[in-house]
Amino acid sequence: MTNEYVVLSAILFTIGCVGVLTRRNAIVVFMCVELMLNACNLALVAFAKQHGNLDGQIAAFFVMVVAAAEVVIGLAIIMTIFRTRRSASVDDASLLKY
Amino acid sequence: MAFWILAPIMVVAALGILFVRKAVHAALLLAVVMISLAVLYAVLDAPFLFAVQIIVYTGAILMLFLFVLMLVGVDASDSVVETIRGQRAMATVLGLVLGLVLVTAFSQVALGSAVGLDEANAGGNIQQLANILFSRYVFAFEATSALLITAAIGAMVLAHRERLTPKPTQASLAAQRMRDYAESGKHLGPLPSPGVYARHNAVDTPALLPDGTASEASVSRVLAARGTVRSAPAFADDIDEVRRQLGGGRSDAAADPDRMPEQSGKAGAPASTEEDVPGTPGRSSAPPLRSSDEQRPGDPA
Repeated sequence: MTNEYVVLSAILFTIGCVGVLTRRNAIVVFMCVELMLNACNLALVAFAKQHGNLDGQIAAFFVMVVAAAEVVIGLAIIMTIFRTRRSASVDDASLLKY
Repeated sequence: MAFWILAPIMVVAALGILFVRKAVHAALLLAVVMISLAVLYAVLDAPFLFAVQIIVYTGAILMLFLFVLMLVGVDASDSVVETIRGQRAMATVLGLVLGLVLVTAFSQVALGSAVGLDEANAGGNIQQLANILFSRYVFAFEATSALLITAAIGAMVLAHRERLTPKPTQASLAAQRMRDYAESGKHLGPLPSPGVYARHNAVDTPALLPDGTASEASVSRVLAARGTVRSAPAFADDIDEVRRQLGGGRSDAAADPDRMPEQSGKAGAPASTEEDVPGTPGRSSAPPLRSSDEQRPGDPA
């Protein structure tokens, strides 16, 4: 049973990865990062059940906390960039100055 | 069982994130994936993570995404131009290869039968998680609190903006209004409210002026920019039609909105304001939209 969960997690991770590489809207890129983190969480929880201890669930919990902090900072940065450039596209912010 | 129902839904929703054009739709598809994940956590004997996934991810993080989308503008869609040539194709190929490798590898690994969490969860999943969290992982837990504080302060610093001009007070706004009136004759009073004299009183229907023209100032600029303003001239056309249906000559009946049959609403399909600007062919009989800055027929001079 764990195999199926890990395969699903791998598929979701891959989709998130492709999304990060192909999408241009910074917010959608962020959502794809979240998707990758969620996919990892699923694998962690599945392995926790496989091995019969709760360390995997603790790790997933920490991933969620770090993801929350990351989203807060990331969205604040996107807001700041949008305020100066009136655009949320990652291509427009490639210069890191001006 | 839940897995085989939810897994296809999750994969389809995740693929949707790659292809939908609007960021709001991507956020909603991400919500589908996250709620499905929460159910899978419940199936995997992790009731605490089930609750945390729904409260933190779907409740807090996704709402934050939607808030920022609203601030940034929901129609901020992707640009199609590639900065790096062939990046999209290369990323897709690499993604497919990565996915194939991972899926083949993981489906061929023999993990044996699962031990199950019945023993580890004895006495309750949350109690056992707390036992581990506050003993073996207590240092990571404290570091997490430092991280959260840092993130909160960082977000406040990033979102803060110094005010460069003094905040306009009510007195200065009133003085500005009077100055505008003295210089350009701009109407002093409040803007007309939408739809009061029109067929509908919805905010997207411009008010009809006494001479039958639509008042541009009565609808919000945002609605006009989105092109969702309903066409007042179309309603004005309806009045003639209704009058004809009622047997003609009853002009006061046509002016009474309550007595108009609902059938005339068909022409009220959402029309963009671009179609209603003056001089549009095909609507020559309809009075054009006009600015409220002009002097109105009934207005005192």
